[in-house]
Amino acid sequence: MSQHVILPQRLYFRVFAALLLLTFVTVAVAYIDLGPLNNLVALSIAVTKTVLVILYFMHVRYSSQLTWVFVGAGFFWLLLMIALTLSDVFSRGWLPLPQGWEAALGWVPFA
Amino acid sequence: MSSEASSALAHQFDDLAQQSEAATLGMWVFLVTEVLFFGGLFLSYIVYRASYPEAFASGSHHLDVMLGAVNTAVLIGSSLTMALAVHAAQEGRRREVVLFLLGTLLLGGVFLGIKGIEYGHKFAQGLVPGPSFVFPAPHARQVQLFFALYFAMTGLHAAHMVIGIGVLSVLTVMAWRGHFSAVYYAPVEIAGLYWHFVDIVWIFLFPLLYLIGRH
Repeated sequence: MSQHVILPQRLYFRVFAALLLLTFVTVAVAYIDLGPLNNLVALSIAVTKTVLVILYFMHVRYSSQLTWVFVGAGFFWLLLMIALTLSDVFSRGWLPLPQGWEAALGWVPFA
Repeated sequence: MSSEASSALAHQFDDLAQQSEAATLGMWVFLVTEVLFFGGLFLSYIVYRASYPEAFASGSHHLDVMLGAVNTAVLIGSSLTMALAVHAAQEGRRREVVLFLLGTLLLGGVFLGIKGIEYGHKFAQGLVPGPSFVFPAPHARQVQLFFALYFAMTGLHAAHMVIGIGVLSVLTVMAWRGHFSAVYYAPVEIAGLYWHFVDIVWIFLFPLLYLIGRH
């Protein structure tokens, strides 16, 4: 791994312009009724902005593969935390509670 | 290796490239813990917003989109000046490093100032969760939950901004005194990583808090 690549200064201004444009778009789209798509569009724009910041402002595009692994691991664990928690939260009530097990254990319900 | 470079090299590293790589990786390890730290709050947000969508929309309507959007632009601007400070450091231009760091500090201060004005409005309108929380029925309790998350998430974000401003202030003085050069600028680079991370958190906070159900 050599010293970091020095990027041309105009690249930073371009990324900045793209980020501002995407901010404007996300505000404008919020006032248009797209139904559930509003959330999808807002999140897609936020993810796009994040990728731009990580790749160019944070130089990850030009960093070592080890850095890529660390960055990827962070977001992988974030998605894992969200996906597993939501799969629990949203599947509650899908199946009826078994009857009678409280009494068999001598457990007294709270309410 | 020049004497300038050898004085910046800690003895446990083979060369400055390895040292810089280690610093970057170390910062990313910290940022991964930060991703999951904020991630817990985002997860709570998802669960409660899915449970009370109308309440979250009516709470969101009490936030000022204009101030939020201006603050987003201010923070993106501060990320630009931060990236330019790192760029100037890479080329060893000391004066520019100091100027761009000062610009970043200024924009960070503007962000916190606007945030403070917004918080002031919320206190005046009785939208701060607690005994003084006032909101018309039918979703008062669920809207209070929205504002609890709003203050927890933006408050934690603002705390990170304050820490970032502290770090960058120290770096500005160090840069002014000539601690950095084209061969040694890792502190500026990894402080930049932290600053950009804080920007990313706001990139998600802005649409999720300010822009729900605006149509």
